[in-house]
Amino acid sequence: MSLLQPKMLRPMSTSEAIAYAVKQANVDVIAAYPITPQTIIVERLSEYVNNGELDAEYVAVESEHSAMSACVAASLTGARVFTSTASQGLALMHEVLYVASSLRCPIVMAIANRALSAPINIHCDHSDVMGSRDAGWVHIFVENGQQAYDRVFQAFRLAEDEDVLLPVGINLDGFFLSHAVEGIATISDSKAATFLPPRKAKYYVDSSMPMTFGAFALPDWYFEIKHQVAIAMEKVPKKLEEVEKLYYQMTGRIYGHVGAYKTEDAEVGLVCAGSAAGTAKYAVSRLREKGIKAGLLSIRLFRPFPVESILPHVKDMRALVVMDRAMSPGAPSAPIGQDIKTMLYDAGLRRNIPVVNFVYGLGGRDISAAEFEEIVTKVAKDVKARRRIQRGTIYWGLRS
Amino acid sequence: MLVGEVKSIRELYGLDLIAPGHRACAGCGALVGVRQVLMASRRPLIVVSATSCLEVTSTPYPQTMWKVPWVHLLFENAATAASGIEAALKVLSRKYGRQEHYIIAFGGDGGTFDIGLQALSGALERGHRFLYVCYDNEAYMNTGIQRSGATPLGAATTTSPVGTKIVGKTQQKKDLLEIVAAHRIPYAATASPSHWKDLANKVRKAQSYDGPSFIHLIAPCTRGWYFDPSQTIKVARLAVETRYWPLYEVENGRYRITHPVPNPKPLEEFLKVQRRLSHLLLPENAEMLERLKAYVNERWERLQRLSVCFA
Repeated sequence: MSLLQPKMLRPMSTSEAIAYAVKQANVDVIAAYPITPQTIIVERLSEYVNNGELDAEYVAVESEHSAMSACVAASLTGARVFTSTASQGLALMHEVLYVASSLRCPIVMAIANRALSAPINIHCDHSDVMGSRDAGWVHIFVENGQQAYDRVFQAFRLAEDEDVLLPVGINLDGFFLSHAVEGIATISDSKAATFLPPRKAKYYVDSSMPMTFGAFALPDWYFEIKHQVAIAMEKVPKKLEEVEKLYYQMTGRIYGHVGAYKTEDAEVGLVCAGSAAGTAKYAVSRLREKGIKAGLLSIRLFRPFPVESILPHVKDMRALVVMDRAMSPGAPSAPIGQDIKTMLYDAGLRRNIPVVNFVYGLGGRDISAAEFEEIVTKVAKDVKARRRIQRGTIYWGLRS
Repeated sequence: MLVGEVKSIRELYGLDLIAPGHRACAGCGALVGVRQVLMASRRPLIVVSATSCLEVTSTPYPQTMWKVPWVHLLFENAATAASGIEAALKVLSRKYGRQEHYIIAFGGDGGTFDIGLQALSGALERGHRFLYVCYDNEAYMNTGIQRSGATPLGAATTTSPVGTKIVGKTQQKKDLLEIVAAHRIPYAATASPSHWKDLANKVRKAQSYDGPSFIHLIAPCTRGWYFDPSQTIKVARLAVETRYWPLYEVENGRYRITHPVPNPKPLEEFLKVQRRLSHLLLPENAEMLERLKAYVNERWERLQRLSVCFA
């Protein structure tokens, strides 16, 4: 990245960067429905198709339910398939998401994360993806446009791997990322084609091998079929690592399952996902200047939850601050908080590393570096004074 | 092959695309109709099914009845699944030389009239080349006979029972074919398994068009309509002969009654053989019977006028 000349960077919004990558990925079918804030992605793709720059079928469906339904059907025929949605759209797709993963369709979907109604709100939070986190999809969070662009290629390569065959969601924060313009280092079309040759499905819908897709399975088989999704999911961390290595050789860019910053000697770890990672990183460097040993862990691979990649960073920390941009009303923790606590419990670190779980930024409410500093400073003080760390879920940034 | 008019049933011998041993009820009108549609269909063929009796009885994992590629996703999205397959094969054939296929989507009346209407409308509007066949047994039979938008006036179902205050369904049947025809698709028709030649030729005609087509198939249900399993085809024939189920087509907007019924049998003949409707013959339900008769007559007369217009 550091060796790049400025002229090699193309100014693009994250949405445009994703659309450009999807074009270079030479997808066959796009089925999508407009919803803010992902609309730019499908607008650009429509232009590519209508201008003959991308040989694909754009199915302009009448709902997100149909978007995902058409994607699943197209994927079963062996096509490379992409779609994009957000918020209510993802919620409307909900039942189809499970069909996509259980029928092992390597669909890639960009999710411009947005709050869920009511009240209706078009701005960012992670309620949409958290509501569908158990649907059997691989979920990746990106922190900027460059990651979003790169992850498109990696996502297809990962999804279409015969040992994986799972759909992948690329989560980008609505507006914060979807509409933010930055310089993107792109790869050439030929490199894209080498990294991602046309999909070669082993089984597909065709009269040359008539097969039944989507049969009716009763208690004697249903459980085994569902279990295969869990088995495939277990293979994802290692497979993504391999895919990233290949991509690194081509581009020099690698992201990993988690983004770690100054975690080596950190006493208080800050955990978050999405665009807040950049702000949090700045906050951590400021805290270090003040002598507070803070570290950052940004969750980049969210499903499967990369326990093995997170543990080495946190095992010697004295407290974790987990920032969730979604709530789970009535649950003991918010979604990422639940995962982190389960991870620590299983690793036998429950007593060593207390977790403070914050719910922040719902409906697009911004969070500043100063706020991250304030939160971590307080926890660091408690740690130093050996005071009991506050437990439970704290709703941060509410009007008083 | 499989494109011209079917003149003799011998032409359909050996063209079965479903294996014996499926788990539908004895005398299932849907399976008879589906089998006829498939025998008449052009090939190579891909079949899509909505969640329905057809799907449940034909694919108890790890077994399948289907000799053709078959896809089922959910209840309300058979038309969309067909769209996705059609779009994919179009582009895969263009880019990589994959063979294109004919596509038939089957949905029951619940999956078509009600929960799947939006998906159907979208697919018709987008103009995908596929044939959608709604096999209509006039209620949610798979879940145990609940009323749907296709259930006729007065019919007893488990959610429109014959009570002491309210007798059966209080609303008329939705006129689905008119909704479909309003999309100005090239071909839409009704059919009945009792009139196999009419049905077979409608399938052939539907598949000759490079766009969406639709067949509305009556599917008498022994469990939900309450008649002896040996009587399925007779009940279907009575539906046609009483003008309850007019056989007609809308081809490029032109209406034509394909099986004229100049001397119809009284509607009572159709009602009395099924326990779901026979209570309409009781004196206390005379008003409801008249409303149902009026619906049937008005529909027929309208179709006749339209057929004359386009003759």
